[in-house]
Amino acid sequence: MSIGIVVFPGSNCDRDVRWATEGCLGFSTKFLWHESRDLSGLEAVVLPGGFSYGDYLRCGAIARFAPVLEALIEFVDNGGKVLGICNGFQVLTELGLLPGALTRNSGLHFVCKDVELEVVSQRTSWLQNKNPGDLLTLPIAHGEGRYQCSKDTLHKLEDEDAIALRYLINPNGSISDIAGITNKSGNVLGLMPHPERACDPLTGTLDGREILEALIG
Amino acid sequence: MQSSISLDYDIQKALRKEGLSNEDFKEICRRLDRKPNRTELGMFGVMWSEHCCYRNSKQLLTSFPTTGPRILVGPGENAGVVDLGDGLNLAFKIESHNHPSAIEPFQGAATGVGGILRDIFTMGARPIAILNSLRFGPLEDEKNIGLLEGVVSGISHYGNCVGVPTVGGEVSFDSSYSGNPLVNAMALGLLETKDIVCSGAKGIGYPVIYVGSTTGRDGMGGASFASSELTNSSLDDRPAVQVGDPFLEKGLIEACLDVFKIGNVVAAQDMGAAGLTCSTSEMASKGGVGIELNLDLVPAREKGMTPYEFLLSESQERMLFVVKPGKEESVMDSFRKWGLQASVVGKVLRENIVRVIQNNEIVADLPASALADDTPIDKHKLISDPPQDIEDHWKWNENLLPNIQKSGIQCLSGQYKDQFLNWNQILIKLLDDPTIASKRWIYSQYDHQIQSNTVILPGKADAAVIRLRSQNNYSYSKSNKGIAAVVDCQNRWVSLDPLRGSIASVAEASRNLVCVGAQPLAVTDNLNFPSPETDKGYWQLASACQGISEACNVLSTPVTGGNVSLYNETRDSEGKIQPIHPTPVIGMVGLIDNLEQICSLSWKNERDSIYLIAPKFQSDDQYLTLSASSYLEVIHGLQTGRPPLIDLNIEKKLQSFLLNLIKNKLLSSAHDISDGGLAVALSESSIDSGLGVDINLFVENQRIDKVLFAEGGSRIIVSVSSEKFIEWDNFISESLIEPITITHLGSVIKEPQIRISNNNQVLLDESLSLIKDSYESSIPRRVKSL
Repeated sequence: MSIGIVVFPGSNCDRDVRWATEGCLGFSTKFLWHESRDLSGLEAVVLPGGFSYGDYLRCGAIARFAPVLEALIEFVDNGGKVLGICNGFQVLTELGLLPGALTRNSGLHFVCKDVELEVVSQRTSWLQNKNPGDLLTLPIAHGEGRYQCSKDTLHKLEDEDAIALRYLINPNGSISDIAGITNKSGNVLGLMPHPERACDPLTGTLDGREILEALIG
Repeated sequence: MQSSISLDYDIQKALRKEGLSNEDFKEICRRLDRKPNRTELGMFGVMWSEHCCYRNSKQLLTSFPTTGPRILVGPGENAGVVDLGDGLNLAFKIESHNHPSAIEPFQGAATGVGGILRDIFTMGARPIAILNSLRFGPLEDEKNIGLLEGVVSGISHYGNCVGVPTVGGEVSFDSSYSGNPLVNAMALGLLETKDIVCSGAKGIGYPVIYVGSTTGRDGMGGASFASSELTNSSLDDRPAVQVGDPFLEKGLIEACLDVFKIGNVVAAQDMGAAGLTCSTSEMASKGGVGIELNLDLVPAREKGMTPYEFLLSESQERMLFVVKPGKEESVMDSFRKWGLQASVVGKVLRENIVRVIQNNEIVADLPASALADDTPIDKHKLISDPPQDIEDHWKWNENLLPNIQKSGIQCLSGQYKDQFLNWNQILIKLLDDPTIASKRWIYSQYDHQIQSNTVILPGKADAAVIRLRSQNNYSYSKSNKGIAAVVDCQNRWVSLDPLRGSIASVAEASRNLVCVGAQPLAVTDNLNFPSPETDKGYWQLASACQGISEACNVLSTPVTGGNVSLYNETRDSEGKIQPIHPTPVIGMVGLIDNLEQICSLSWKNERDSIYLIAPKFQSDDQYLTLSASSYLEVIHGLQTGRPPLIDLNIEKKLQSFLLNLIKNKLLSSAHDISDGGLAVALSESSIDSGLGVDINLFVENQRIDKVLFAEGGSRIIVSVSSEKFIEWDNFISESLIEPITITHLGSVIKEPQIRISNNNQVLLDESLSLIKDSYESSIPRRVKSL
């Protein structure tokens, strides 16, 4: 079984996700070009960070029409695991696999730094070895990471225990300090922080490993 | 085919527009044995601009050392290349985008990053890091805040989107840069192909392929515009500023690396300054062949473009290749996959000529060598003595400062004139100076971690450190090599003594690399200067080149290329010219054999001992001084005095000693003493670690301000853990050589306090939280006041 990593024109964390999953964690991986529809033999799919199609219209707005994503919806319906990181999270909301939207940071600037995150839920397999309240340190790097949704959606997220991670100190104005959410069935996780940048002892913390390890099994 | 060499144009008007002289015109006519047509004159205009042919600086640049055992490609190609061993090579280069950034900071800075990245991947290297060196006027002026915000967001936009980490840089502020900011970007790339793709065309009859973006009317005449001073009407030149698209560049990188790996591309040239004109003539001239270019086949952004517009357009994200016959389609498919343009636009000719065709007519027909070889040199007289105003500055000495009181000093002039400041207050004010203060507001807008190789984050050490690993596979290799990189220029010193200042800039760049544990390898330089047409301007340029040359020779760091940006001055509405501080930015790269043997600047453990490593000089005054210091400028309002002298041979000994200490894992931290002197350097190591210091000096017969804030002297502060004391002592007794000395200064303490005493009398005692606040809030506070 292996992990598919989607490559849109403009993706730029695709190679980093592969380094983390294959180089650091030893999983079998392959790149999925955005025009491909073949997801056979894959246990999980990662939508990596970057600026898909240049993000000119709105982050992720064009990517949602990519052929690979048509196949992805069926993949999710069949229980396949999907992880959207940063721009990948934006694509998942545009695609409707996750609710809400990600807009310009409240500080208006791109922000690159380590942030502390609180594990909110252990409902899904993504963070099943953590307890609510546990802390993780992961890097963020985004200009449009402010999670927004209606009050109703927020209540629904809370009721379904779908908020996975919250910022300890909110870096972008996200509603309710939300950094990552899951879908109702729990097989889709979208988050702004970059777990793939926290898997290699040489370059930072190892707090991202558990999320990526959850892709397999 | 018909030739359409119409000569019907107003020659004087055309020469003015192209920035050419009557002598140039005569020379062009002599070379062609006829008059050029209007399009051809435009081609000469850009090719003979300072930006493209270094007509003012070429003679000075020939003094640089350019060869060495690790140098694979020196000046003249798209970028320099050094050998890192294990089949890995590093391509690197620096380039300026000053004038465009002055009038359109966002796009000016963004396309500066795009251009330097193309220089790197044109050679077949994957870009792995960006650094930048920036200069602005004081942030008390709203215009400068706007420029800073625009430039930083332009770099951030382009670098972040294209997926190359911005790992380091330097920024400083001075009123001479008001209206003429400097934006220099340096890029590093990893080459893993057997052959380095060079720019000389070869293969008679081989197809010439155009790839990338379309050609439009943007950036017209950018090279000529970059080679003249900025005036109030410069804003009208906004069409000369290009617009960048990092999304296309990202595709261009991937497609280029794909096709270079296969090996069907025999020559490649980025279209930067002077666009198609420069790329065709350089490729033809370097290959000793000719190129025929059919403009009807060039992908155009708009209809009805004239040959002049096609040839002088500086539309971004374009490249020209010569490929093996029969491989055109396979090469072009790789680019189309990424949504890029690709088209066969011409062929290589045996005859050494650049021939341009439109609508079946020859619109330009020039010997490539006439355009690109033996370009004109503007001769300048070099004055034998320093200019009078500089000699006057050199007369200043420390005795002209008020006498020291026990707890502080009365300020001489400037914003604190006649106020008494104690040493605590002075330290706080120095840390609040935007040139010294934290640049977090800037670097947090850059993605510095993408590509997963950033070992030391910005602000944590004297140089950036990234891991070297093959970019062709995803397996952890045994090699634990790294690259360190830095950009540096002591512009205040250069302005007061261009020779000493440029030597100090090279020495500091090298010292910074050594402080992280890297062996310095090579230099790329960016000479940002005012007009060379004044006596003083040319003297500054010549003296700085001499300094770089001397320092690079002694420190064994050859120059592999760089960039020259002249005419950096503004003319105000009254016609008065304000030149910038001459700013020769040194970009330097170093090799780390083992990433387990590196060092950062922050203290690691309480109770670690703090030492000063520095040469002992016969008489300190020339080497270690308050002249030209940050203290003198920020506290006493004076930018004067002669900057410190550096003894390069001693510097080399010191650096080699320090590198051995780090390689033997004897140090917990290492930090170069730079702007603001000892007190600022100690504070910086504390700010990052949250640990305090308790320092006790034993200095006699010295001004206290000199002890705390003097600059120069090739000094480094290190800390050593108690577990290492025996090894440390053994190492020193075996390896310490004259005149390097080691002085115990004190120790790292848990208490967040900076305490400095002399002969057991406390001079300075300040809480780390106040110090940190001053250092961290300096730039955000000023920017928010907008």
